[in-house]
Amino acid sequence: MLNISKVSKLFNPGTVDEKTALIGINLHLKPGDFVTVIGSNGAGKSTLMNIISGVMRPDAGNVEIAGDKITLLPEYKRSKWIGRVFQDPMAGTAPRMTIEENLAMAYKRGKPRTLLLGVTPAKRAFFKEQLSRLGIGLENRLGAKVGLLSGGERQALSLLMATYTKPQILLLDEHTAALDPARAELITALTDSLVHEMKLTTLMVTHNMEQAIRLGNRLIMMDKGRIILDVNEQRKKELTVAQLLNEFEQISGKKLADDRIVLG
Amino acid sequence: MLSLLKSMPGAIELGLIYALMALGVYITYRILDFPDLTVEGSFTTGGGIAMILITNGASPWVATIAAFGGGAVAGAVTGLLHTKGKINGLLSGIIMMIALYSINLRIMGKPNVSVYGIDTIFTTSNVLVVVVIVVIVTKLLLDLFLHTDLGLSLRATGDNERMIRSFGSNTETTKIIGISLSNALVALSGGLFAQQSTAADISMGIGVIVVGLASVIIGEAIFGARKVFWATLAVVLGSIVYRIIITIAYRVEWLKASDLKLITAVIVIVALVVPTIQKSLKQKKLARKRSAELLTDPVQRGGGQ
Ligand SMILES: Nc1ncnc2c1ncn2[C@@H]1O[C@H](COP(=O)(O)OP(=O)(O)O)[C@@H](O)[C@H]1O
Ligand SMILES: [Mg+2]
Repeated sequence: MLNISKVSKLFNPGTVDEKTALIGINLHLKPGDFVTVIGSNGAGKSTLMNIISGVMRPDAGNVEIAGDKITLLPEYKRSKWIGRVFQDPMAGTAPRMTIEENLAMAYKRGKPRTLLLGVTPAKRAFFKEQLSRLGIGLENRLGAKVGLLSGGERQALSLLMATYTKPQILLLDEHTAALDPARAELITALTDSLVHEMKLTTLMVTHNMEQAIRLGNRLIMMDKGRIILDVNEQRKKELTVAQLLNEFEQISGKKLADDRIVLG
Repeated sequence: MLSLLKSMPGAIELGLIYALMALGVYITYRILDFPDLTVEGSFTTGGGIAMILITNGASPWVATIAAFGGGAVAGAVTGLLHTKGKINGLLSGIIMMIALYSINLRIMGKPNVSVYGIDTIFTTSNVLVVVVIVVIVTKLLLDLFLHTDLGLSLRATGDNERMIRSFGSNTETTKIIGISLSNALVALSGGLFAQQSTAADISMGIGVIVVGLASVIIGEAIFGARKVFWATLAVVLGSIVYRIIITIAYRVEWLKASDLKLITAVIVIVALVVPTIQKSLKQKKLARKRSAELLTDPVQRGGGQ
């Protein structure tokens, strides 16, 4: 479904600030794969997400989705394949617009936007039904401005907006990191159920080790721009957080350094 | 006092004509968060196109629509400079405003064109009736547009550009469309103003940006702006209120007509500063109230996410 081959990305090449964000990354996701991604700060996880979604272009290598080579396609043209939820709960929704207007914009992902009404009675019924899956009562607040919602509610809405049109690929970049533990748990549970229900091919960056092991059918660990560990479904079932941390130290020769790391 | 009352219909009429311009400023300033100075030129472009076409025998309504089109082109160029040319927004507008000065002189052929004795859209019917109809129709069409899929992505471009791009909208295109539509409305306003005053002047656009901002801000301050329908209505009413304020200011003995622009600037400053002060006072009050609550009720936890 997603095929990344030999992707590299440098920042500020040739200057004292040169940073190697990604070096020769190869990653292949089968349809329905749910891959969790962990790694220390600055490992290149977000850069990888940005290269898949087209926010940045790789200096070398290729990105393919469902057989289409999309390496050079601008961000807005790829979004027909890709759903995204950002770390910042404010980033995924438009605050001055209503819940139903936000959903209407997500509904048109990757389709031409014309002079037809964005919210029609038929669509409104559909939005209500979809919102009720979140189980937090947003289905009764269709006309409320999104700016009035709490961070957790906004992130739940972002998650629904990113998934309910069934993108080929779902990218989640620490999308629960800015929430308090209870809300983070709610969003994690929602993520798990939405991804399974819709069989979405998903790449999820998380700083929560326990979550990374519990969710999905594959786990990859990144460090200094490389994938240093790739754990398959069977091995993942038996993996513990201690083993995972140990493994990291063995391979990289240092402790997993990230002040936000949650061991679970 | 009586003469002040007598001058009110004129003020309302002018307020309505300028309301179209204010709706244009609302699109760029409020929706797109793009302070666009092109309007200073495109207002005159609209007036010039309307006058020249009418003096050359075109139907006044055709001339009015052509004014709208001329503004759309000017706005699209500003949008292209900003998005494709990567020129700073304010600067793109200034560049276009300067360029339009020359272009407007070319359109008009001379600094001042008048149509005395020739038919305009106001000749056969009551001016107030015509402008009320034009403004209501334009306002409702704009509301409708802002609720279409394209309109939603235009609004989202100003609200959260990253988000709407992640859903596949080309935000460069939506910006160009928005700036173009804005200037089309401004030029339409210029076209109507020229016909109402039966003349177009090369300097008629000077200061309209501030008048537009004043109308938007006064409207929001007095009438609020929650839903699109109310927000655009507030802009129209704001424009009328602004004209009424100016009419009253004219009556103040120690003020001269030439002080008008200064008064407008002061109105905009007051309108911009007061809400900021109100907001910070409200914040402080809320913070004090919350900390008092937390002191008296140690079990209760902070607001959280
Ligand atoms: N826009 C940028 N400009 C310069 N350096 C960047 C930029 N984005 C990321 N980097 C650098 O690239 C490396 C990888 O960053 P990132 O992908 O954000 O890491 P992660 O998400 O794994 O914490 C880091 O060294 C970071 O400082
Ligand atoms: Mg990151």
